[in-house]
Amino acid sequence: MRILIKGGKIVDPAVSEAEADLLVVDGVIREIRPVGAGGEQAACDRVIDAAGKLVMPGLIDMHVHLREPGFEYKETIESGCAAAAAGGFTAVCCMPNTDPVNDCPELTEFILKKAQAAGTARVHPVAAISRLSEGKRLCEYGELKAAGVVAVSDDGRPVESGRLMRRAMEYASGFGLPVISHCEELSLAGDGVMNEGAYATKMGLPGIPNTAESVMVLRDIALSELTGCPLHIAHVSTKESVAAIREAKKRGVPVTAETAPHYFTLTEEAVGQYDTHAKMNPPLRSAGDLEAIVEGLADGTIDVIATDHAPHAPVEKEVEFDHAPNGIIGLETSVGLTLRLVRKGVLTLGQMVEKMSLNPARILGLTRGVSEGLPADLTLIDPEQEWTVEAAAFRSLSRNTPFIGWTLPGKAVLTMVGGRIIHG
Amino acid sequence: MQLRQKDILDMDSLSTVEIELILDTAAGMKEISLRPIKKVPTLRGKTVILFFYEPSTRTRTSFDIAAKRLSADSLSISAKTSSLVKGETLIDTARNLEAMNPDILVIRHSSAGVPHLLGRTMAASVINAGDGMHAHPTQTLLDLMTVKEKKGRIQGLRLAIIGDIAHSRVARSDIVGFTKMGAEVTVCAPPTMIPAGINALGASVTHRIEEAIDGADVIMMLRIQLERQKDYLFSTVREYAKYFGLNVRRLQKARDDVLIMHPGPMNRGVEIASEIADGPYSIILDQVTNGVAVRMALLYLVAGGVRHADSD
Repeated sequence: MRILIKGGKIVDPAVSEAEADLLVVDGVIREIRPVGAGGEQAACDRVIDAAGKLVMPGLIDMHVHLREPGFEYKETIESGCAAAAAGGFTAVCCMPNTDPVNDCPELTEFILKKAQAAGTARVHPVAAISRLSEGKRLCEYGELKAAGVVAVSDDGRPVESGRLMRRAMEYASGFGLPVISHCEELSLAGDGVMNEGAYATKMGLPGIPNTAESVMVLRDIALSELTGCPLHIAHVSTKESVAAIREAKKRGVPVTAETAPHYFTLTEEAVGQYDTHAKMNPPLRSAGDLEAIVEGLADGTIDVIATDHAPHAPVEKEVEFDHAPNGIIGLETSVGLTLRLVRKGVLTLGQMVEKMSLNPARILGLTRGVSEGLPADLTLIDPEQEWTVEAAAFRSLSRNTPFIGWTLPGKAVLTMVGGRIIHG
Repeated sequence: MQLRQKDILDMDSLSTVEIELILDTAAGMKEISLRPIKKVPTLRGKTVILFFYEPSTRTRTSFDIAAKRLSADSLSISAKTSSLVKGETLIDTARNLEAMNPDILVIRHSSAGVPHLLGRTMAASVINAGDGMHAHPTQTLLDLMTVKEKKGRIQGLRLAIIGDIAHSRVARSDIVGFTKMGAEVTVCAPPTMIPAGINALGASVTHRIEEAIDGADVIMMLRIQLERQKDYLFSTVREYAKYFGLNVRRLQKARDDVLIMHPGPMNRGVEIASEIADGPYSIILDQVTNGVAVRMALLYLVAGGVRHADSD
């Protein structure tokens, strides 16, 4: 199988950003050459005209909830992977808070089998830190890694015990697994349902202070320093967390961090008149926090953009604000929302590729890049194709997003995994 | 003259002109309750559902009497818990009620924003009778009516609200309503009971009750909820009463024409001394009386009334 991708602009900081032709043979990038050189088009099974398009290393969303097993009415591995492919993602990491929790090799194998059957985006499972994510006993990290897990996290629930977190980091580092931390101090978050501040006070909703996040970020940074274990902070939402991570990196602590498109796009005011599509955990924060998140992305403090794709059925979101589940879907809007930052001049295309592909790959021990000899995991993006987000067009089973009706500046037009076109 | 929206959700969504209209209409309605036959036919054939997800005696009774004095058919539904627990969502409950064609739904719920959710879902007019910590607009309207009756104006008055501001929908609505009508509002409580950014609503803050009382034309005392002790909001009832309770000694520092309000139910001897609650400055029972008049006015206005009911 020979595929020629013609005339696209390659965006990979390791490569010069030149327009080139890409020859993919049997799932591998065989040759990158000047546009029009070579000339054996006829010998190719497929020729893709990529003129005006960006050719990026396959995007990875390292924070996704695929909901299967247990919540197949929200999302399945198949529908989630289809949504990923449509959104330009060649791979996703699925969080373990399914039912049952992914805390054993059998469940990891089940997920991988389902993903293989779906045959679209790659799935790299994240296993639980503790059995049932209950914060009591460690999972079998060695067995889990052998089964295909790329990291451990009790995402959705913080690890309350500092002692358990310390041991988890020590134990995980022995197996070469990074620990992903959902940073939340539950007693400070209390019964809060949105960002603490004037808006929550006006709406009469209990607030979650920034401190509920940053105090745990500081603890986990200290534990990373103590143990030497690579720590990845999930869904950073506050300026205090950004400052803490920036300072820790300066000291050489092996910490990385992600934020989600909604934290660099929306503020707490999106809650409007109790719109449950603006309810997530951590909550949408203030304008000052958003500014710090954007700065953190620009200066490299925040390494990764990940969506925290969290599907919920309409019947679950169409309820009292304080009863609504947290989270929004993100796989199909992430590229468009990130391109807004590029268009505003906050990020370069190279930084976009780092945060959506190369950095997640580095953190998780995966390979990505547009270079000869690497697997042809590629995302083609049309940065000029404006489109309007429509609920009916989603591949995800769920529709819970505040971005319906938004016009986004560009989108993924083709997604390729190991030389196979899974979207476009 | 009519209200612009079908629902009464909070004080933010009412204009000063609409508030004046409601207060004027209520003043007219008040007389009906003083007649030997306390009933007019104004809302004959209209159905009013009183849907209370939280226990309430005063507010529900007040709405019920208001509806009956206007000849509406009113019925009460109580639910101890969210219908979600019973397996039905609130929206489904609302749709079922809607299918029976009520004209007005009066809702109280422990979750902020429920009246907004129902207002979006239902064709019936929704009146917020208290939602979580968010709003209690009919309480604020009856407070405005009572103060205006006694003082002849709201403009330029100084209102002090003393108590657990953080958990009080009455405080939030009164801050918005009284400042909108030209009063100055000061809130007073220990810092644990002052919510973040309360000044953005238009209130100034003090932690000393003497400062709050000094120069106030109206003092609103809020009920202190004993279970808040568990959330570390205060140390002991004794200390709370000592530093934040309104007693006779403190009242001597107040203006000679000060008015004392309380939305009820009171903890006598905690946030308010009995001598004050029952004393000459107290307008606590006037609030209750005016509550019926204000709710009659609201039922009448949201039902689409254009004339004063007593001309009917």
